[in-house]
Amino acid sequence: METQEPRRVLVVPGEAIVEGDYKISTPNFIIKVGSKYIATVVGLAQVNEESKELSLIPLEGCYVPQVDDLVIGYVMDVGVTSWEVDIRAPFTATLYAVDFLGRPVNPAREDLGDYLAVGDTILAKVEVFERNRGPILTTKGKGLGKIVHGTVVEISPVKVARVIGRKGSMHQLLEGETGCEVIVARNGRILVRCPNKELEEIVIMAILKIEREAHIPGLTDRVKEFIIREKVKRGLIGGETKTD
Amino acid sequence: MEKPRLIREDGLRHDGRRPNELRPIKISVGVLNKASGSALVEYGATKILAAVHGPREIPLRHLLLPDRAIIRCRYHMLTFSTHERKSPAPSRREIELSKVIRESLEPVVMTEMFPRTAIDIFIEVINADGGTRTASVTAASLALADAGIPMRDIVVGVAVGKVNNVLVLDIDEVEDMFGEADMPVAVAPSLGMITLLQLNGVLTRDEFVEALKLALEGANQIYRLAREALRNSYLKVRVEE
Repeated sequence: METQEPRRVLVVPGEAIVEGDYKISTPNFIIKVGSKYIATVVGLAQVNEESKELSLIPLEGCYVPQVDDLVIGYVMDVGVTSWEVDIRAPFTATLYAVDFLGRPVNPAREDLGDYLAVGDTILAKVEVFERNRGPILTTKGKGLGKIVHGTVVEISPVKVARVIGRKGSMHQLLEGETGCEVIVARNGRILVRCPNKELEEIVIMAILKIEREAHIPGLTDRVKEFIIREKVKRGLIGGETKTD
Repeated sequence: MEKPRLIREDGLRHDGRRPNELRPIKISVGVLNKASGSALVEYGATKILAAVHGPREIPLRHLLLPDRAIIRCRYHMLTFSTHERKSPAPSRREIELSKVIRESLEPVVMTEMFPRTAIDIFIEVINADGGTRTASVTAASLALADAGIPMRDIVVGVAVGKVNNVLVLDIDEVEDMFGEADMPVAVAPSLGMITLLQLNGVLTRDEFVEALKLALEGANQIYRLAREALRNSYLKVRVEE
């Protein structure tokens, strides 16, 4: 069992978490009615009595973009000066050609489809997101841009925090145990690049296991054990396989 | 169909329930995997399946609102849900119930979080035995919660009726057909909010007050079950060994 300092409770919409005065770190999921704090989604509420902090980790929900989020998107449409990108949010994102190409474009001379076509996958960051407009992406930055190799795994966006782990512990475990490169995007798409097919399968299975068991404590240890067992099964390392 | 004895000599109802007793209620959440959220709710023989999609962008841009999400709701009865085949085309009644159910959910859903999008609720009546609109409200709000759409509270529905001059909770089809009054109520118990109140038939002022009290008691019972069902859908997932 993981030892937790703050108190954690499973809450459902309409349920009062605590009474009094607290700081809310996840304002989208907690509202204050009278003196009570009420949860608005199914999730794990964390109450820290010492620092009077209150937060809620949702267990269900769609991806809501935030500025600076790393996302993996699929190009859905090629426009005259921009692309429309699906980032699994309720809103379609826009990637401007000026940003992607790093120079002004002349729509009369060139076709953006030559650079990114429908169905292409990109790794990008959310640059701007305002309520009255859809999110705008940028590919300026290290490692950002078109993805040309690797596999994308999709999980529920609310489980992303588990795949990263506390201070990146789970992410380090996944990369360290398998030698794969794992890029976790905030919108629940995970890019894995592996030296071989067996390791890729193991990483994907481990990620899906994390998604399924995200709310059960002791996850890091179970995943570590799982990866080792799968490696033994596939003959990648020596050892005895326990039969399930 | 002949009129049965609605209240027996021993004071119980035609199906053996006490006047203030609910039918057996079964709730399961997250029963479908393609929809963002879903719920299956049974009030006795009444069986309702609700599914939620979204929030999502829709092609019908003119419908969207700049400051909040719109909720679209479709209540539909399956052809085999009634004694005689129900035409699958939406009837006047179904269109009206869709609107009524949507309006009972709108006050609790935090639509302002998703401007320019649509949240779609699909409700299918699998078996109809009275109280389909109230069971639909319960199912729809649980499906919304399962989809992770922020809500101020879960809304539950329950009907109160008057049969043979007795106020009874959670009426079924027979009691609805031969009774004197039918009052469906939808409540958001934690907020103390009534989001749907209809009355078909005649109640005196005193009876109305009494009936509402009965409905709130019933709603609280269903609310407890609904919260339990929502929680159980997570506690059920066990660690694989």
